[in-house]
Amino acid sequence: METYDIVIVGGGPAGLAAAIAAKKAGIDRLLILERDSELGGILNQCIHSGFGLHTFGEELTGPEYADRYIRQVRELNIPCQLQTMVLDISPERVLTVTGREHGLQQIAARAIILAMGCRERPRGALNIPGYRPAGIYSAGTAQRLVNMEGYLPGKEIVILGSGDIGLIMARRMSLEGAHVKVVAEVLPYSGGLKRNIAQCLDDFGIPLKLSHTVIDIDGKERVRGITLAEVDENRRPIPGPEEYIPCDTLLLSVGLLPENELSSSAGVTLDSVTGGPVVTESLLTSVPGVFACGNVLHVHDLVDFVSEEASRAGSNAAAYLQGGEKAEDASVCLVGKKGVRYTVPQLLDVHQMPEQLTVRFRVGQSYRDASLCVWFNDTCFRRIRKRIMAPGEMEQFTLRRADLPADLHTITFTVEEDAK
Amino acid sequence: MTTRTLTCIGCPLGCTLNVALEEGRVVSVSGNTCKKGDDYAHKECVAPARTVTGTVRISGGSLPVCSVKTAQEVPKDKIFEVAAALAEIRASAPVSIGDVLAENVAGTGVSVVATRHVAEKTA
Repeated sequence: METYDIVIVGGGPAGLAAAIAAKKAGIDRLLILERDSELGGILNQCIHSGFGLHTFGEELTGPEYADRYIRQVRELNIPCQLQTMVLDISPERVLTVTGREHGLQQIAARAIILAMGCRERPRGALNIPGYRPAGIYSAGTAQRLVNMEGYLPGKEIVILGSGDIGLIMARRMSLEGAHVKVVAEVLPYSGGLKRNIAQCLDDFGIPLKLSHTVIDIDGKERVRGITLAEVDENRRPIPGPEEYIPCDTLLLSVGLLPENELSSSAGVTLDSVTGGPVVTESLLTSVPGVFACGNVLHVHDLVDFVSEEASRAGSNAAAYLQGGEKAEDASVCLVGKKGVRYTVPQLLDVHQMPEQLTVRFRVGQSYRDASLCVWFNDTCFRRIRKRIMAPGEMEQFTLRRADLPADLHTITFTVEEDAK
Repeated sequence: MTTRTLTCIGCPLGCTLNVALEEGRVVSVSGNTCKKGDDYAHKECVAPARTVTGTVRISGGSLPVCSVKTAQEVPKDKIFEVAAALAEIRASAPVSIGDVLAENVAGTGVSVVATRHVAEKTA
């Protein structure tokens, strides 16, 4: 059985950045495993611009952003196996892999970086009644069909869910000559970035119906229409004024789920809120030598943050191997409460942490003029006024090691609504 | 005096901009948190423009289409004409990232450049 120092599972933005950082930190026996026929992951189908503002100071399209990293991987001679699928990872870090070129193999790794990304929530998770006609796609599937395979999935489109992929596809389908009739969102706010509502819906005159959902899909062989209804604050359809909208295609942009089947098989503890591994400040999971980064860890809004996080995973994995594979003493818990849904990382080893550590988290609802509070044990350490916080926009806070008290056991993040 | 409310598209923050206009000229911009917002508000109210991205048909390639973008922004009211023009462009593999696949698209004076590589199809 071949043994590598670090095996990276996934050749998307997270895997690429992690591999580059690990190689630059002095690790030579590296391997990237990618199931698609090319590197770049989801970026290859994200042909719109807006990537890389933080990393490169310019707006790139997805494929261009990916290319910057792919070129580095080539220049650094980092080995990749494409069209290669990881079937299983054991807690002892043995990967069972199948691929076009090498067939079935077992590969041992001293460290593994999980970078499998996420999947779209499917129709089956939504409980929409109706048959299973042709014409129902997840927004990302439609994106791949249009942008890489050259097909237009339909002409008269309804989009359910206002996540960024749905918004981007509303514009894309419009530019390809399709008629996007409406974007419906079950929540009272959009999960997508504000600028995407402006440049993908408003620019094209596409209505966004908040607190609305699809309650029926009409059609047996092909979608013929959908029924839209308003929902109450508990997301239950309000009986009464329903609207039938004729269409041939329904796109679903209803959330992304970190893809952690392999993490589970390796015995990695998952966070029930993020759907991704519980990690320490060095992005180490509960299994020794197994790190995680990117959308498999928690779903990000911006690829720039994925790259930054993944390069930390890469250099931390290198440091872990070079430092004698020592276990961490992550005795401080980070928790989100009262409006803060989760934090990443969830655990902190004060002695191992860098001078400054960025903690990322999301709020559970929209807030206007509220305060974000950071608590060390039971003491409020900082209160930050925020004009707007929304679930669709990831928040962050930078912890400084010098600020942490000696008896620290819990860092809590909360939202406190200001008195009116 | 008229006012317009815009969402800045300069970065993912998406600031809400309040623009005061007098006879079609921008008098003041508020709500922005950086210079990009100010620039965007001026441009959006006077000569709005966008980068258009899309795909171009490729013959003999590993993929049937290649993703492209306009090398610069084009006037917002030309977006659909540019998109229609992209559908008519034909190119052959191999295509490299940055290759100019068409010039002066839809009379805008702007080129269309490839944003990815498309290798030749292997048998």
